[in-house]
Amino acid sequence: MLTYTIRRFVLAIPTLLFISLVIFLLLELAPGDPMAQVPLTVPPEVKEKMRLALGLGDPTHIRFGKWMWQFFVVEPMTFIDWLFGTAWAEGQQRVLSWQFRSPVMDVIVQRMPQTLWVVAMSYVVGILIALPIGIYSAYRQYSVFDQTGTFVTMVGYSVPPFFSGVLVIVIFSVQLGWLPSIYDTTLVVVDWATFKQQLMQMVMPVMVLALQTTAQISRFMRASMLDNLNQDYVRTARAKGLSEWSVVMVHVLRNSMIPVITVIALGVPSIFGGAIITEQIFKVNGLGQLLITAIEANDLPMVQTVTFMIAVLIVFFNIVADVLYGVFDPRIRYD
Amino acid sequence: MTETPKPIAALADTGPTAPPRSQWRDVWDQFRSHRGALIGSVVLILIIAAVFLGPLVWPYDATFIDIRARNQGPSWAHPFGTDQLGRDTLARMMAGGQTSIAVGLTAMLLALVLGSLVGVLAGFFRRLDGPLMRLTDLFLSLPLLPLLLVMVLLFRESLNGVFGPETGIFILIVVAIGVTSWMPTARIVRGDVLALKEREFILAARSIGTTNFGLITRHILPNVMSPIMVSATLGIANAIITESALSFLGLGFPPDFPTWGRLLNDAVQYLQDYPERVFWPGLGISLTVLSINYMGDGLRDALDPRIRGR
Repeated sequence: MLTYTIRRFVLAIPTLLFISLVIFLLLELAPGDPMAQVPLTVPPEVKEKMRLALGLGDPTHIRFGKWMWQFFVVEPMTFIDWLFGTAWAEGQQRVLSWQFRSPVMDVIVQRMPQTLWVVAMSYVVGILIALPIGIYSAYRQYSVFDQTGTFVTMVGYSVPPFFSGVLVIVIFSVQLGWLPSIYDTTLVVVDWATFKQQLMQMVMPVMVLALQTTAQISRFMRASMLDNLNQDYVRTARAKGLSEWSVVMVHVLRNSMIPVITVIALGVPSIFGGAIITEQIFKVNGLGQLLITAIEANDLPMVQTVTFMIAVLIVFFNIVADVLYGVFDPRIRYD
Repeated sequence: MTETPKPIAALADTGPTAPPRSQWRDVWDQFRSHRGALIGSVVLILIIAAVFLGPLVWPYDATFIDIRARNQGPSWAHPFGTDQLGRDTLARMMAGGQTSIAVGLTAMLLALVLGSLVGVLAGFFRRLDGPLMRLTDLFLSLPLLPLLLVMVLLFRESLNGVFGPETGIFILIVVAIGVTSWMPTARIVRGDVLALKEREFILAARSIGTTNFGLITRHILPNVMSPIMVSATLGIANAIITESALSFLGLGFPPDFPTWGRLLNDAVQYLQDYPERVFWPGLGISLTVLSINYMGDGLRDALDPRIRGR
C-alpha cells in the first residue's frame, strides 16, 4: 500500500509538469497585451521598458523555466522564511502579479480564507444532509420519501448554481429581505452580533453549493446502499437476530460507504471549480473571483498560478481517492 | 419392422404464438414503463418545438427594440414582459433556446465523436491503449472551468475576425466544450470494446478475413451503441449547463445574441428592480436539463438487457 502510494505520487510529478506546460503554452497564445491599460501618451520606448520589467523580454522556454523555479523553489522558501524567520529567499524574484504588482502568493493567501470558509462549510453541510437521505431512501425503496427524495435530488442535480443562487437571492434578499445578498469579507467576528451577521451572510452561498453536493452524493449513497441491502450477509445478520439498526447502520452502511468515500474525495476539487460561479453571484472575493478578474485583466502569472493550483488539487485528490479505496476495501489489492 | 415412435406432443414444434419482436421494440417498451423518462422526453420535445417553431408564429423579433415599451410586466402583447430596451422576452427566450440547444447538440456530437474514437482505438489496438489512456487521465486532471474561461478569452478576438462575431463564438464555444468533455465517453467505450474484442463473433469475423476497419464499423460500433447513447444524452445536458455558465460569467456569446445563460446574466443586473426577469431563462435551462437527465436515466435502464424484461 505504501509503495503504491509513493509510486502514485512520483507518477504525479510528470503529469503536473505537463499540465503546467499546457497551461503556460495556452496563455502564451494570449493576444491580450498587459500594457493595454497604460495611457496612449506613454511613449513606445517606455512601454517597451515596462514590458521588459515584467519579464516579457525572454523567449518562452526561459520564462517557463523561470516560472517553475519561482513557483517550486522560491515560493516554498519564502513560506519557510515566514514560518521560521529565516532569510533563504532573500533577494530572490517571486512570482509577481501584473495587476497587483505584488507577489501572487500573497494575494492568494489573502483570498484563501473566504473561499475555504464558504466552500469547505458547504461541502461538509452537503455531505451531512446527503448521507441520511441516501440511507433512508434506499432502506425504504419506492416509498413516498424515496420518490420525493429522488425527485428533489434530480432537480438539485439539474438546476445550475447560477440559477439556484439567483433564485435564493430573489426570494430571501429581495422579496423577504431576511439575508444579505452580498458577502461582506471585511467583517471581523468579535462578538455575538457580528457572529450572527457572519452566519447570515454565509447561509445562501453555502445553501447553493450544498444543494449540488447533496444531490450528487445522496444519489450515490442510495445506489450503493441498494447494492448491499440484497446481499447474503445482510440476511445472515438478520438471521443471527441482530437488531435492524445494527444490520443497516453497521453492516450495510460500512460496506456501502466504500465507493461513497471515493466520490466524496473526488468531489473536493470540483467544488473549487463550482465556487467560481457561486463567488461571482454572491460577490465573495475568494479564489474564484480572483481568477475571473485576473483573466479579464490579462494578469497571466496570476491565471497560471491559480489554475495550476487547482490542477494540483485535482491530481492530489485523485490519488487520495484511490488510496482510500484500497485502505477501506480489503478486496482491492494494488501491489 | 417396428413401428416408428410417435412424436411426443410436448416436444412438437408449434408455430410462434406471438409475432417476432425487434430489439428496439423491447427497448421502447422498457423506456415507456419509466414514467420520469416519458414525461422528460415529452417536455423536451415540447421545449424544442416551442423554441424552433415558436418564432414562425410569434410576431416580435428577438432583436426588435421598442424603447417606449421597455421594462413592462407580463401582458397579452408580451406574455413574459419586455427588457430594458423594450425587446420582447418571449421572443428572446425562443432565440436564446435555439442557440443553447444548438450549442448543446453540436458540442455533444463533437465530444461523442472524439470520445468514441479514442475509446475504440484504445480498446481495439493494444499498442495505442497506454498512450491514449494516459492522455485521457491527463485531460481528466485539467481544471476544466478555468481553462474554458481562458480559452474563450484568448481565442474570441481572432475567431471573431475570421468567422464574424456570431459564428466565431459559436465555433469557439462548441469546440471548447467538445474537447473538454469527451473523457468519460472514451473510458466507457474502451471498457466495452475490451470486453467485446474477446468474444467469439469477433474471432469468427476475423477468420473470414474482415479488415480492422470492417470489424470496428460492422461489429464493434453497433454493440457499443447503448453506452454511447446514454452518454450522449447526459452530454447535451452538460454542454447546455457549461455554455450557460460561460455566458453567465460574461465570457460567452455577445450581448445582442441571446442565449439562456446570457439572458440570465442580463436579468441579474436588474435583480433589485425586476427580480421576476431571472425566472424564465433559469427555468428554461433547468427544465431542459432536468428532462434530459430523466431521459438519460430511462434510456440507461431501457438499453440494459439485464434490467429490461424484468
